[in-house]
Amino acid sequence: MDFQLTDDQRALRRGMRELLGRRFGRERLRAAADRPRTPEGRETPPALDRGLWRDLGDAGFFALRLPEAAGGVGLGLAEAVLVFEEAGRALLPGPLVATHLAAGEVPGAATGECVVAAADGALVEWMDAADVVRGDVAGAVAMRSADPLTPLHRLPRAVPADPVAALLSAAEQLGSAGRTLDLAVQHARTREQFGQPIGAFQAVKHLCSEMLVRSELARVAVYAAAVTADPLDIAAAGLLADEAAEQGARDCLQVHGGMGFTWESEVHLHLKRAWLRARRGRSAAEAEEALAADAAAAPAGVPD
Amino acid sequence: MDLTYTAEEEEFRARLRRWLARALPALPPRPSPDDWPGRRAYDLGWQRMLHDAGYAGLHWPVDAGGRGATPTQHLIFLEETERAGAPYVGANFVGLLHAGPTIAAEGTAAQRARWLPPVLRGEEVWCQGFSEPGAGSDLAALRTRARRDGDDYVVSGSKIWTSHAEVADWCELLVRTDAEAPRHKGISWLAMPMDAPGITVRPLRTLAGSTEFAEVFLDDVRVPVANRVGAENDGWRVTMVTLSFERGTAFVGEVVACRRVLGELARAARENGRWDDAVLRRRLGRLNAEFRALWRLTQWNVSESARTGGVPGVGGSVFKLRYSQARQSLYDAAAEVLGAAALELSAEWTLDRLSSLSYTIAAGTSQIQRNIVAERILGLPKGR
Repeated sequence: MDFQLTDDQRALRRGMRELLGRRFGRERLRAAADRPRTPEGRETPPALDRGLWRDLGDAGFFALRLPEAAGGVGLGLAEAVLVFEEAGRALLPGPLVATHLAAGEVPGAATGECVVAAADGALVEWMDAADVVRGDVAGAVAMRSADPLTPLHRLPRAVPADPVAALLSAAEQLGSAGRTLDLAVQHARTREQFGQPIGAFQAVKHLCSEMLVRSELARVAVYAAAVTADPLDIAAAGLLADEAAEQGARDCLQVHGGMGFTWESEVHLHLKRAWLRARRGRSAAEAEEALAADAAAAPAGVPD
Repeated sequence: MDLTYTAEEEEFRARLRRWLARALPALPPRPSPDDWPGRRAYDLGWQRMLHDAGYAGLHWPVDAGGRGATPTQHLIFLEETERAGAPYVGANFVGLLHAGPTIAAEGTAAQRARWLPPVLRGEEVWCQGFSEPGAGSDLAALRTRARRDGDDYVVSGSKIWTSHAEVADWCELLVRTDAEAPRHKGISWLAMPMDAPGITVRPLRTLAGSTEFAEVFLDDVRVPVANRVGAENDGWRVTMVTLSFERGTAFVGEVVACRRVLGELARAARENGRWDDAVLRRRLGRLNAEFRALWRLTQWNVSESARTGGVPGVGGSVFKLRYSQARQSLYDAAAEVLGAAALELSAEWTLDRLSSLSYTIAAGTSQIQRNIVAERILGLPKGR
């Protein structure tokens, strides 16, 4: 047993972080959030960056798990969660999970030429911008999306959840939790009040420590679920990753004080996306019920 | 990211299971919790069985008499012994996990030969004299003095939270040998024989009603200078070597046990009707997620220490913070399942709920752990 990342996995993660740093850094994120308004004063809908999408395709983001014989990279779920973690860290917009899952099934999805959206939970992200929309989207109604970077449609009923989609969403939540922790720590180190960095105050320290604890617990849950692909492991990973991302963004906001409440701050974008991702797949209640039933049924012991 | 065990590790597990199946039925009945001599005899007896079967000091280095097992083998050992319901390390705790490893790392050849084999063979019990009434989280504030007199130190002061003091043969003792030096520079590590004149042990009653540890008063106790491990005034560093020894495996058995208890809780709730409460079910489901993840965190930390050659990473504090909380939540949920019966003091879960309150305090309070995480892992500045 060696649960730690292999050298190849570390290199893959580093490569994806560098690519996203170049292609979707802070300025691009700000530009995506600060779109001009229409003459009537309404927000213009976010646009999908097709060039970035093809770059992701070239980097193997969508074809990662396709066999090499089918033109894919031939890697597994463990590698997929690492690149989705990076996407979550960068707050990369777009129907990433749906397109990744469509690779090999929808022509052009694997290369990033075809953008695929899908019904997930009771929502469809990027429905109008996508080339192909999968799943039953009958009755979809456009929303004014709370996440300024993700256009949304609402469905009259939730569609059945796909465990792999849930796991990849959990990986994005994990990346977001890591990013909000970094932002909080950076701010706590440099912002001074009462003659010292606010990070020297224990009340602030303890907020940051708990952010780390939650994200590290979510990390091992997500990675383990990627290795086992067990639906209950995925359910557990989803719960812990949602908690790490949502509470992490809130704590990050709190550490930033008044600045955290402004549009200019990056924090609210993470919080809103975390709220959105938590609505994907099945509900927390369903995941908890499944895990409760497992506890009642499982013989004593631990999974191997 | 690989969670499969090697063929060698699986063989180790299978051999251990076969031995446990044979050995455990041969154990005598468990002594009552108040019977300290009985507990000592029982725990030492178990250690002797481990020794005779080749499992004593599994994770100790070979040149200290241990088996030199990998962190993963140690993980498997702790997991399987807990699953099989084997005795807990009990009175052997300090000898096997603190004093012994310290002597193995820092002791002279003569000190290792004198003290290590009796620990491995289950012949001698150690206790720990670190904390003092005025030195808890701030251990370096300790004031117990040791003054040189010929070939002896003469020690005076008091220690607290000392488990197994009533039945210990030896105490790993931190004393101040230089009152003028900076706090961390004037401390020495001594092995004190517990039958020396001038030692008074007063049991401390915990909120659970039992006497799990004691206060130890030292009044001009003579300890040979030859019993000092490491250089004079170097005791702080010597102690830190011990504290970094457990390699992420400190709570393996406990996580296994908590998962078993969670299953028992869920089944009890089904039987007594509490299962109809969706809020309770969801709470149990979330605890399942927590303890699954804590098991993975254990595997993660063990894998990390296997790679770094035994140096534990940041995972220890992270684990302890979340585990101590989860354990308390587990027994709070148990009270919800039990209802009025949660106030029945003789119920196992009631006692466990009470003892779970120590988890956010012992071995570094959660507040201190959060400071450690913030300063050493996240790099936040020290407060004034």
